[in-house]
Amino acid sequence: MAEFEPKIVAFVCNWCTYAGADLTGTSRIKYASNVRIIRFPCTGRIDYMLLLKAFGEGADGIIVSGCHPNDCHYTSGNFHARRRWIVFRSLIDFLGIDIRRITFSWVSAAEGAKWAGLVNSTVSVIRDLGPYDDYKKIANFIEKEVSHG
Amino acid sequence: MARIGVFICHCGENIGATVDCEKVAMAASEYDGVAYSIDYKYMCSDPGQNLIRQAIKEKELTGVVVAACSPRMHEPTFRRACNEAGLNPYLCEMANLREHCSWVHEKNEATTEKAIDLVRMLVEKVKRNHPLSSIKVPVTKTALVIGGGISGIQASLDIANTGHKVVLIEREPSIGGHMSQLSETFPTLDCSQCILTPRMVEVAQHPNITLLTYAELESIEGFIGNFKARIRKKAKSIDEKLCTGCGLCTTKCPNKKIPGEFNAGLGNRTAIYVPFPQAVPNKPVIDKLNCTYYTKGKCRVCEKVCPTQAIRFDQEDEIIDIPVGAVVLATGFAVRGTDFFPEYGYGKHPDIITGLQFERLASASGPTLGEIRRPSDGKIPGKIVFVACAGSRDPAKGIPYCSKICCMYTAKHAMLYQHKVHDGESYVFYMDIRAAGRNYEEFVRRAIEEDGVNYIRGRVSRIYEKQGKLIVKGADTLLGGMPVEIEADMVVLATAGIANEGSEVLAQKMHVSYDQYHFFTEAHPKLKPVETNTAGIFLVGACQAPRDIPESVGQASGAAAKVAALFSQNELTREPVIAVVNRSAPPMYSTCAGCFMCVSACPYQAIEKEELTDRKGQLIKTVARVNPGLCQGCGTCVAFCRSKSIDIQGYTHEQMVSEVMALLNN
Repeated sequence: MAEFEPKIVAFVCNWCTYAGADLTGTSRIKYASNVRIIRFPCTGRIDYMLLLKAFGEGADGIIVSGCHPNDCHYTSGNFHARRRWIVFRSLIDFLGIDIRRITFSWVSAAEGAKWAGLVNSTVSVIRDLGPYDDYKKIANFIEKEVSHG
Repeated sequence: MARIGVFICHCGENIGATVDCEKVAMAASEYDGVAYSIDYKYMCSDPGQNLIRQAIKEKELTGVVVAACSPRMHEPTFRRACNEAGLNPYLCEMANLREHCSWVHEKNEATTEKAIDLVRMLVEKVKRNHPLSSIKVPVTKTALVIGGGISGIQASLDIANTGHKVVLIEREPSIGGHMSQLSETFPTLDCSQCILTPRMVEVAQHPNITLLTYAELESIEGFIGNFKARIRKKAKSIDEKLCTGCGLCTTKCPNKKIPGEFNAGLGNRTAIYVPFPQAVPNKPVIDKLNCTYYTKGKCRVCEKVCPTQAIRFDQEDEIIDIPVGAVVLATGFAVRGTDFFPEYGYGKHPDIITGLQFERLASASGPTLGEIRRPSDGKIPGKIVFVACAGSRDPAKGIPYCSKICCMYTAKHAMLYQHKVHDGESYVFYMDIRAAGRNYEEFVRRAIEEDGVNYIRGRVSRIYEKQGKLIVKGADTLLGGMPVEIEADMVVLATAGIANEGSEVLAQKMHVSYDQYHFFTEAHPKLKPVETNTAGIFLVGACQAPRDIPESVGQASGAAAKVAALFSQNELTREPVIAVVNRSAPPMYSTCAGCFMCVSACPYQAIEKEELTDRKGQLIKTVARVNPGLCQGCGTCVAFCRSKSIDIQGYTHEQMVSEVMALLNN
């Protein structure tokens, strides 16, 4: 059997982590190709329901990354993201979703190597955890109930 | 029905060698709503852009996805091309196949699969894009230049000469920066002050320049064309209008033993002081931390001797707000001290000095009036050792980068020493000689061949004192690592150029990015060397990385041209990526419930309350409204809104959800 290739979705801000991932490219640092990056203006923009949506669609792991504290292009968006993450983490933990499936990090525009390392470590964590479809099953079930009920 | 065009770029070999572009184009052609899909060698070239323009017209495209490099690189290029073909530029999106795919992954199936995914995700997004029009904002045609070294001076003069106003702020009592401390400059050996001071005077006298010395930036808010800078003018404790700069106070001040910053600690100054004789403005300030009156409550000698009664002990810091349209950061760099080196005695020996201190010794305005004398006993050193790369290019010291200027100034120092001490012996320990630049290599050759400076390729392992001599132990790697021991009278360490202390705090205030060494980073390393990621804020000189004078000056003029171009417009266009609160037909008017969570979330105070009224003026409900002039488009409010009534143009809920769905539903 082929090795399990996890699907990882990365929610990143435009100014730090997206640019940092660009730097990983310009520095030609290789990393696992399991990740798909979605660009947001700021981590403050990330509605965490999107994270659940990603799990519902079949993501095995998620990365959320933005500017380091104090470095936010918009002054405080990353602080909002961090605060929301703290609340959201205990919520999903309560719901029974393994919080190891979400990696929350800061990667600045100068940290190309850190981005590569972050992706690789996330991929290996998710690979160990195995495929994830518990939430997908629930989400699909609810969708059916709503549309047929 | 959407008619999307997909354009896959090979970027020569950059994408094409790793990703099967034809396969990506084939896959894209099968997506729902894709009317046209093609791959091409260079999409950003003229024929490539023509391909897009033609397809828009012929295939009547309603949206475009260009899968090429990072949108941070070429998004404006392709949006312009779309606009030229009559398609709203905001109906064009880019998939990042280069930086986020081909450059970071191996050539295999999975990489091509990833490319296909990225394209699909952007196709789904662009289907939900709306035509947007850019926002017009006015421009305040005044530039703020932070830092009055040679870079800031040059930038100020160049901007002022285009007819625009400049406010130049400098935290020290005088402008001039590091260049004013230098003795002579490489490779011409002309005196630094002689070429700098006329410029300083020009700044002070220029009708378009407002010079604020002893002033620092408190905070800044706003955006390109419309910043508001809050500046703290530190109390100088003198009335500048009355002070004539006679200098009597500085000669009478009893507190004479304060190490002077200008002489890099080698000379003393008084508590009321002018940093150096050619200072601009040439008026003293009182150093409150060292003044006897401020610390102990009595003295006031300066007040008694001042012929114009200009001393003001009760003066307080003044805060002023200045509207500016652009900011030039020219805050320069700092030099690592000798205390950084345990192997060289932690700087405890007075005759082990930094390159900057040597500049002061060699300078005619310095503490020894230009004679090379040891700081410890004032004797002329007969044997001197220069150590290049003291800290630089040494990952173990945390400074892996090259400080760039040291090879040249070390050659200059050795040369100056030989010119001043004819029978002296000088040695330079170096790793490599990096003398790239016009007449630079020739200059180093001159030091070696004409002035007889002994260059030894190797590192210095230890310096210690023995019977009044400094024993320098090193190795000559050109002789197979043969140990070398020199009994020197003085050692000059070419210590690394580092970022100013607290530069990251300034970067955070300005919202510009900085690297791991706390130097500010430019928007693009090659094509936008003076711009930052924040529009309207520019970088010049050594605040970006160690730089020599010609480079700093060139960069300053470059940034000035950018500012002048910005100020040549009466209105600027801004990206329409801003938040909008929905409005709908009665009886709903808006789904906004008026909880105003968004108001507290907004970092720009851009959200206000709006009263919706009927024709008779009766209040229907109070809802949120985004001020498009203030909104910067971070989207924090969007994630906060409980009823999803606020959305951000270009990154709407619909777009982001469809991206997530497109990624995983394959």
